[in-house]
Amino acid sequence: MTDLPTRSIDLKNVLSGSAPTADHSEGMSYLQSVPRRLVTLYLPLAIIVIVLLFPFYWMALTSVKPDEQLLDLDRYNPFWTWNPTFKHFHKLLFESYYPHWLWNTMYVAVCATVLSIVASVFAAYAIVRLRYKGANLVGGLIFLAYLVPPSILFIPLATVVFQYGLFDSPLALILTYPTILIPFSTWLLMGYFKTIPFELEECALIDGASRWQILIKIVLPLAIPGLISAFIFCFTLCWNEFIYALTFLQSTSNKTVPVAIVNEFVDGDIYRWGSLMAGALAGSLPLVILYAFFVEHYVSAMTGAVKE
Amino acid sequence: MADVAIPRAKPQLSEDNAWTQLKHNRNWLGFWFMVPAMAFLIFFLAYPLGLGIWLSFTDTRIGRVGHFVATENYEWLWDDSIFWLSVFNTLLYTFVASALKFAIGLYLALLLNENMPFKAMLRAMVLIPFIVPTVLSALAFWWIFDSQFSIISWSLKHLGLINQNINFLGDTTWARICVIFANIWRGVPFVAITLLAGLQTVSPSLYEAATLDGATRWQNFRYITYPLLTPIIAVVMTFSVLFTFTDFQLIWAMTRGGPVNATHLMATLSYQRAIIAGQLGEGAAISSAMIPFLLAAIMVSWFGLQRRKWQQGESND
Repeated sequence: MTDLPTRSIDLKNVLSGSAPTADHSEGMSYLQSVPRRLVTLYLPLAIIVIVLLFPFYWMALTSVKPDEQLLDLDRYNPFWTWNPTFKHFHKLLFESYYPHWLWNTMYVAVCATVLSIVASVFAAYAIVRLRYKGANLVGGLIFLAYLVPPSILFIPLATVVFQYGLFDSPLALILTYPTILIPFSTWLLMGYFKTIPFELEECALIDGASRWQILIKIVLPLAIPGLISAFIFCFTLCWNEFIYALTFLQSTSNKTVPVAIVNEFVDGDIYRWGSLMAGALAGSLPLVILYAFFVEHYVSAMTGAVKE
Repeated sequence: MADVAIPRAKPQLSEDNAWTQLKHNRNWLGFWFMVPAMAFLIFFLAYPLGLGIWLSFTDTRIGRVGHFVATENYEWLWDDSIFWLSVFNTLLYTFVASALKFAIGLYLALLLNENMPFKAMLRAMVLIPFIVPTVLSALAFWWIFDSQFSIISWSLKHLGLINQNINFLGDTTWARICVIFANIWRGVPFVAITLLAGLQTVSPSLYEAATLDGATRWQNFRYITYPLLTPIIAVVMTFSVLFTFTDFQLIWAMTRGGPVNATHLMATLSYQRAIIAGQLGEGAAISSAMIPFLLAAIMVSWFGLQRRKWQQGESND
């Protein structure tokens, strides 16, 4: 019973399942007959996966259905359409502020993420490797900051944003999002920095490198997987953020995608569903594409933050 | 290890002048490195946190500086049935959603841990609900739960199970079920994938040994998987409870607290009172009332972490 449950998680193998432990498990699966596996494994798995993915299918289908099919469930089979239309997307791109909103979201997300990563790299390096007096305490405080949710901060933050004259400006979001991102990415990067052999830094110190040079030339290149994880995860969190964007932004053209879709597209029109779903789909696609390219990094970011 | 190695490398610097001290002393250097992160966290997290508690003791409104009114806001809330309803909703929402998220998430993690074709692709697909912005998937649920054109009502009608459309988001009980369902849907992938990461570290030889000794599948789970997974479960569930308790966006996109406040959580109620009605002080009091619950969740997390260290038999890693 010496195996430690969480210590040696091989993050990259969580998705690919190519960990040595996973290979061995085939050794026992012969104990189960095929029909039994069908009922205990494939059937429940299929149900769960279908439930998890159905809303996206529905979103995509709705966004390409012609209006009359959307609301007439009796004459047309609602689960499929034979004459898809891009009318809703056209309306979205050329008759609304959607490109603006997409740009705002992207701009805010990239700026906030870059700011947070830079700040987190310094903080994580200082906590893990400089080990100044009180480093452990500061690490603990940062973890606590991770647990402070935006929904208890948005009211006082709204007054702060107003005082600083940032209300209704993207800068308000760029400066407040790091409070969500820094604690998370600092903890993630601390985990990565700990895995870099300390001897490398010792060598560099003896050769006369300054702390700055060590950080830029030795630690950061070795921590690139961690940086990518932190970057895309922060980017996703920014894109997903809602309550700050809802509170701090007012004018239609300044909004981010999630807020704008909820506020600007929801009107009395019963035919709104097509464009609403097209908007939701277009707002999700960038993240899904990013995810498709960096699956392992997402998982390592997710499990890494919990693991610490 | 770090403590030992660095001082040895530069012991002579302690006698240098003040400027070199600032540049090379480990504590000063640490301070400079911490400045950017700390500046953000102090100005936009610690200060607002304190300010929020202060605001809850004032009668501030939007556009008007408040005066100290002691605990008047809280006394007012104490007699406010809508506030108590929101507390009840929040607890119900958190409890039911977290329990089911845990059960389904653990089950899904166990299923995904089996050997099967297209394993990697399945695992990647399971995470998609976690990646897509909550508000956007909440809108999809809003459409799925539409009162007239819901696909669920349509399917059930065609299966002959019901005669009339179900008024999903217009009926108090159904509305609660729907938002809880959407929350579970959104949270299960996170729980499942993190628990899966924990499961993969459990050595299969333990199961083989137990099976040879005649253990059933349930005993395998109960006496091997579950104890080894407890520490990571503690952490994952703390996060899950924390984020479910303070949920805002899902409710706001689906019901905005309706019908008749049946789905108002404390977070949505504080938004409504503070930002829409302009009563910043009262809203701040509602969100400050969430702090004791959050502290309780953090304590659980802390003890969970301690327990893990105890299990590992290590003081620090």
